Amino acid sequence: MVTRLSPPGAKPLPTEARLIREEPYYEAVGNEIALFEAAYASTLPVLLKGPTGCGKTRFIEHMAWRLQRPLITVSCHDDLTAADLVGRYLITANETRWVDGPLARAVRSGAICYLDEVVEARRDTTVVIHPLADDRRILPMEKRGELLQAPPEFQLVMSYNPGYQSVLKELKPSTRQRFVAIEFRYPDASLEEKIIRSESAADAATAAALVRLAQMTRNLKGNGLDEGASTRLLVHAAKLIARGIPAAAACHGAIAEALSDDPEMLRAIDEFAASVF
Amino acid sequence: MNAPLSAAELGKRLDYLLGPVLSSRRTAAPLAQALSTLDRRQQDFVLHWVEVIDRSNYELAYQFAAAAPAALGRLDPASAEAWIIHAMDAYDRDGLFRGSEVFRQSALFRQQAEDSHAATFAEYAPVLELFVCGLAGRRLKLETADEAKTDTETLFLPPRIALFPDKADNCAVYRILVVLLWAQGRYGSWQVDLNAACAAWPDPVRAAALLAHFEGLRLEARIAGLFPGIARTMARLRNSPEDPRCAGLAAAGATVGDSLALLERLYEFLDPPELPWQFSLHAGANDVRAARLARERSELATALAALMQQQQAPESAVAAPEGRFSIETGESPGTDDNPEFELRLDGKAVTQPERLTRLIDSILQDLGEIPDEYLQVAGEGRETAGGAESGTDGTPDSAGHELGAHHYDEWDYKRRHYRKNWCVLREIDVEPVDDGFVDATLARYRPQIAQLKRTFEMLRGEDRLLKRQPAGDDVDFDALVDGYADLKSGMELPERLMTRRHKAERNLAVLFMVDMSGSTKGWVNDAERESLVMLCEALEVLGDRYAIYGFSGVTRKRCEIYRIKRFDEACDDTVRRRIAGITPRDYTRMGAAIRHLTTLLNAVDARSKLLVTLSDGKPDDYSDHYRGKYGIEDTRQALIEAHHAGIKPFCITIDHQARDYLPHLYGPVNWTLVDNVTNLPFRVSDIYRKLTR
Repeated sequence: MVTRLSPPGAKPLPTEARLIREEPYYEAVGNEIALFEAAYASTLPVLLKGPTGCGKTRFIEHMAWRLQRPLITVSCHDDLTAADLVGRYLITANETRWVDGPLARAVRSGAICYLDEVVEARRDTTVVIHPLADDRRILPMEKRGELLQAPPEFQLVMSYNPGYQSVLKELKPSTRQRFVAIEFRYPDASLEEKIIRSESAADAATAAALVRLAQMTRNLKGNGLDEGASTRLLVHAAKLIARGIPAAAACHGAIAEALSDDPEMLRAIDEFAASVF
Repeated sequence: MNAPLSAAELGKRLDYLLGPVLSSRRTAAPLAQALSTLDRRQQDFVLHWVEVIDRSNYELAYQFAAAAPAALGRLDPASAEAWIIHAMDAYDRDGLFRGSEVFRQSALFRQQAEDSHAATFAEYAPVLELFVCGLAGRRLKLETADEAKTDTETLFLPPRIALFPDKADNCAVYRILVVLLWAQGRYGSWQVDLNAACAAWPDPVRAAALLAHFEGLRLEARIAGLFPGIARTMARLRNSPEDPRCAGLAAAGATVGDSLALLERLYEFLDPPELPWQFSLHAGANDVRAARLARERSELATALAALMQQQQAPESAVAAPEGRFSIETGESPGTDDNPEFELRLDGKAVTQPERLTRLIDSILQDLGEIPDEYLQVAGEGRETAGGAESGTDGTPDSAGHELGAHHYDEWDYKRRHYRKNWCVLREIDVEPVDDGFVDATLARYRPQIAQLKRTFEMLRGEDRLLKRQPAGDDVDFDALVDGYADLKSGMELPERLMTRRHKAERNLAVLFMVDMSGSTKGWVNDAERESLVMLCEALEVLGDRYAIYGFSGVTRKRCEIYRIKRFDEACDDTVRRRIAGITPRDYTRMGAAIRHLTTLLNAVDARSKLLVTLSDGKPDDYSDHYRGKYGIEDTRQALIEAHHAGIKPFCITIDHQARDYLPHLYGPVNWTLVDNVTNLPFRVSDIYRKLTR
């Protein structure tokens, strides 16, 4: 018996497995839920912009649950090609067999396809994204000579972090102008405290101090840090603190070390932590 | 060991070394007498350093020679060297008086070196810089001064703190001072002219000390909510109990007015206690604030005008030109957290760009509110900025001038140490010249250019199809047929059956650094310009990112970098005309230029980065000691820094003596000599092609 040749990336998973049944916790920061629902109803693709760890992925999970559509997430990387999204031929003992890629599966089953960090993907992915993202809503499957027409339930969602400031990781205007963009920022202080408290068992004072610490690190953006502490990191720290780890150690492990390797920066963040707790 | 030198021998040497500062009243004899008691090694040490310091200043060298015998008794050779470097740094930074002072106080230096529990600014500053940056609000600089104070833009901190036996506590005092000084801006200490308020009292010094103390208490209470950790440390380190009469300052809404009121009441009845974190009031703070307000007001007017235009653009046909801005302060102004505010246009909230947010925040810190006249827009706004505030005429200009200047360290090989912020460097645009030079060059070298383009086209990265890959985009049918045969004959199917497209990307950024010194005058300059014209033609084919900068300057105060083509600029007619406009200027202080261009290259994202220098000779500068070994060593150090930053330096030179010094600068292979200048235009492109193949 011949072993199956596995292509990189795609491991077939029944799409139904990602039908989200429990409500994912999400706090709306602005009108993003209404905006997304309207875009979905109008079969418009959506671009989620924002720094890492500010809730983009959680938001899309929440929306998939709200709309009761399966969610297929593709984490893009710099070797991700159009074929990885559309599908490819595999070889079995006596024949070649076509296997749909995640994007094709999403189109066929009317799922929400979420391309996470899309700027990381190769340029040739735009070939399949463009016709799918405008009013044609088709997925060309070149190798099969097939055009897939997306059903109204299908939605394409991409995320993009504008904070990298790298010329190589810019989204081309022709791509971004096909999308309805929803901008995500860090939630304001009181909301962020609320999120921390409901995601971890932290008390109000801890949550407030963590938010203050995060704001201090966000002020350092561009002065030694590429990005400040995200809400996700704060939740990590809060969880550690709730389990009895002293605040200083929790912040060092969950926040400082996650943000930087530079000894001076680490010391500065530790001192922020020592100041706010 | 050799025998010690006698006083007479020493006197002769010192007479020679210190001649310019000796006179009939001040001779070298007493110095020589004192030095003759040292052993020979110490004598040599002193004479060596006198010679080195001479290069900076004769008087400083004299002071050193005078202080050396006593100091060498106290300090071991390593600390003695540290002491000398410290003094020379002080001289570089603050002048002769400070430098001599360090030499005179060798005992103090030793004591400071010894008490290891002291926190020093030099050591702690990198962390403090980040710390202060993390505090919200305007960007603050850190500097040293005898006492802690702030002019609202710079925080001045003592050079060392040794109040507590534990070093961590001394560091904590630095942190407390930073937060308190930052709080002066954040919580409106300077919304009132405190210096004027103190001057009204019979003893202004006493009044200022008391007022500083009261403000300290008030701010301490304000920051306690934000930074409980700092507040706890302050409680622990406090050396005198708080006076109950000052308790009112800890109230939530206390303002600088409360401190002034308390001064009225307690002026005669309270002596200010010496707290570990006591700061003083900066005499110039109000001037700095006034200048900043004027500047920011005009900036705000411009920014609002731009915003207004942006807002009105979409519906320009029906635009209501009335547009009035207003500021809505957040629901809880005056609480511990940063004040939140919202900018409104005709009552509707508008998204404000970050720069505007910072600007408004900064003005809010100074005034506590944004007065209506600050929110007037466009033409009127600009007029008020320039006209009404007559006292600050030209402020934006001079600020712009300051903004353009960069400061770079320079390596002093004699001291084996950097001279801090030694060079002042400015970027200047080359004036484009339209004299037909470019067209003439293109015409003259037409055949060579065509050939260059062909060879460069071959370098261009193409997609290559990799066969027999374990994973890939498509089936490799050749491999599959072979494999199928294997399989039928009982072997295993090979794993490599796919094809994959591989793009050999030229992820490359190159910066050309062109010598624009006076020595290039004439045909060298022509050859350089021709080279650049051809290079641009060739590089456009290749699609590599490239930039061209010229460099020259006179003395460390006027290093200049000439922009010819930036990385993000297309190679258009302007760039070509700038190439034509390259003219020989002054000298070649290469270190600063390399450091600046390294910074520029660092900002570019590319897998390989190249810094190619076109040069006609050694580094050189006017009237100071840059000529010769000093300049070469500084340039070498700058190139080493570039190397560390992941940049590959390369030098193309026409100097026939290059063999003597270029290997030392660039290493044995990273340079090349073009011995016939007329060949330069063609050779430069060719060398580049080989370099990046």
